[in-house]
Amino acid sequence: MATDSEQLADLVQRKYRHGFVTDIEQDTVPPGLNEDVIRLISSKKGEPEFLTEWRLKAYRHWLTLEEPTWAHVRYSPIDYQAISYYSAPKAPANAPKSLDEVDPKLLETYDKLGIPLHERARLAGVAVDAVFDSVSVATTFKDKLAAAGVIFCSFSDAVKSHPELVRRYLGTVVPYRDNFFATLNSAVFTDGSFVYIPKGVRCPMELSTYFRINAAKTGQFERTLIVADEGSHVSYLEGCTAPMRDENQLHAAVVELVALDNASIKYATVQNWYPGDEQGRGGIYNFVTKRGECRGANSKISWTQVETGSAITWKYPSCVLRGENSVGEFYSVAVANNYQQADTGTKMIHIGRNTRSTIVSKGISAGHGQNAYRGLVKMLPTAHGARNHTQCDSLLLGADCGAHTFPYIESRNPSARVEHEATTSKISADQLFYCRQRGLSEEDAVNMIVNGFCREVFKELPMEFAVEAQNLLNVSLEGAVG
Amino acid sequence: MLTIENLHARVGEREILKGLNLHLPQGEVHAIMGPNGSGKSTLAQVLAGREDYVVTAGRVSFGGQDLLALAPEERARAGIFLAFQYPIEIPGVNNAYLLKAALNAQRQARGETAVDAFEFMKLIKKKMELVNAPKDFLNRSVNQGFSGGEKKRNEILQMLLLEPRLAVLDETDSGLDVDALKVVAHGVNSLRSPDRSMLLVTHYERLLELIVPDRVHVLAGGRIIRSGGPELARELDARGYDWIATEATA
Repeated sequence: MATDSEQLADLVQRKYRHGFVTDIEQDTVPPGLNEDVIRLISSKKGEPEFLTEWRLKAYRHWLTLEEPTWAHVRYSPIDYQAISYYSAPKAPANAPKSLDEVDPKLLETYDKLGIPLHERARLAGVAVDAVFDSVSVATTFKDKLAAAGVIFCSFSDAVKSHPELVRRYLGTVVPYRDNFFATLNSAVFTDGSFVYIPKGVRCPMELSTYFRINAAKTGQFERTLIVADEGSHVSYLEGCTAPMRDENQLHAAVVELVALDNASIKYATVQNWYPGDEQGRGGIYNFVTKRGECRGANSKISWTQVETGSAITWKYPSCVLRGENSVGEFYSVAVANNYQQADTGTKMIHIGRNTRSTIVSKGISAGHGQNAYRGLVKMLPTAHGARNHTQCDSLLLGADCGAHTFPYIESRNPSARVEHEATTSKISADQLFYCRQRGLSEEDAVNMIVNGFCREVFKELPMEFAVEAQNLLNVSLEGAVG
Repeated sequence: MLTIENLHARVGEREILKGLNLHLPQGEVHAIMGPNGSGKSTLAQVLAGREDYVVTAGRVSFGGQDLLALAPEERARAGIFLAFQYPIEIPGVNNAYLLKAALNAQRQARGETAVDAFEFMKLIKKKMELVNAPKDFLNRSVNQGFSGGEKKRNEILQMLLLEPRLAVLDETDSGLDVDALKVVAHGVNSLRSPDRSMLLVTHYERLLELIVPDRVHVLAGGRIIRSGGPELARELDARGYDWIATEATA
């Protein structure tokens, strides 16, 4: 097989495409974390009292916590006092009211990333919320969505315009005491997206949030909350990129989803944070807590993730299946190339009767990448007739990478059924030769085989993003096989 | 079209081809026969450029080009097609996708425009009829879950689509029942033409009754030890290989 380290080393690596820095004046608070910084963030955002208090409670709790070390990843200790917890592009006096008032440099940044914010542009049919460092800079199609009764805005806006909804749902899926990074996020989160779909409404378009880290030595702590009221339906996609920098940057986000009776939420992520260079310098630490609760009967939450970026990924989008007959799904493609490390998977917590969950995880390791699937399937005593099927496949490219699987199964209901299948394979020399004999270049052959490996997951993505995800995967693995 | 001179090749430490000579003119169909382990499949793999097979001496010229200097995909684009003895499975990659990607890679190498999905479907449907391919052939993963016969038919389907200048069929008859053999032979025969050459690597004579070759070569001990017309195949079928080997060493 033509993948020994020698040949690997020869290969030209395509550079990360989103590594540029936008030169814009930023309002950044000095590094460090204490109660004053939290009060400052809260006051900059003009938050109501309850939220400031919530942040402080989280911060005080965080001080009592230890950083977790159980994940199959390695990194030098993070100095939380060296991070700046708030950075925003300086806006003229007031926040922009329409796209015309947004700094052209910002619009240009998103254009460069292929996410034009002008509503007439390419992503017609997809509403975008753009989050730049700590703040949301623009949300498109707000009016059209409002006509359908859908609320889609930045988290900060939601706090101001719909405080009752925020108060009712914030922290109900991921409590501020949840875990080290989620607790930190609860204390210092700056922005993110908020979605509310009212009863019986099928959201008329795809919603998407585009996260961009720009400033140096800052962390990004966004918080997203999506509530699908009874009988409603929404499909949401998030994308992420960051500049190339030699130092690591922390991204600790929280996403909470709530699906009430007969509601369904489809949440897709294409994560392409800067992964670091070929020597493993720099890159984003992506320590994220994502959880959805199927609170109502017959509700459904489906996570799809394509994780190609970040130096380290630590995330487990999960479903709490509380409502009867509710359904949880997790489809994942995770890539670890060069010195990337990924420890990712899901938790399916079955509480209600006849709840069902499906897990399809595809891990791809190349270079010196280390890829771990970690998943928990838990059947509580109340979960009569619950079912889970897990399929966990790993693909290795080259001899220096690793794939690891840590499935945990806890069943406390004898009528519940749990199935787990796992495979580990290599792209075989036979497969490559076969494709090349038909006239495909080696690179095209690898891409085709890897995409075939990921097919079950890609087909869960909205059409236009499935194509992007495939391209992204090809770029991420470029040069991974000789 | 294809000229092989004094070809030596080894796998690992074992020398398998030991000075093989062969000339295959344009438009002709030649059969390579020989006992197990004589080097037939090695020859097919060496022609296609499989890296595990190391050429230690000799020359292969294909249409005036030094074949051995080309990468496998370059050989394919130059018009060499190998029908695999054991076709490879590629999970998740749909058969139509591979076929179209292969066709377009070859067309582009020749400076032709790529075919789009509609043109492709038109093209492939005609070829599918020739090999009795069921409709779902295109949407299934490449060779995955295919029966032995389906795999071989899929190879022939690829060949019909790619229209190579030189087709090398490596034991395409092995594992086929009589009916499947007829289908495969029909597909191959439909592709015979004055500007296309074929090399049939086979163990048994029965294929050569359906695809009648211009010449038959006997490969033993890594060399061609006898060549003749189609009647040689029948003689081999009746008498086996030992007598030739004995004569050759005598």
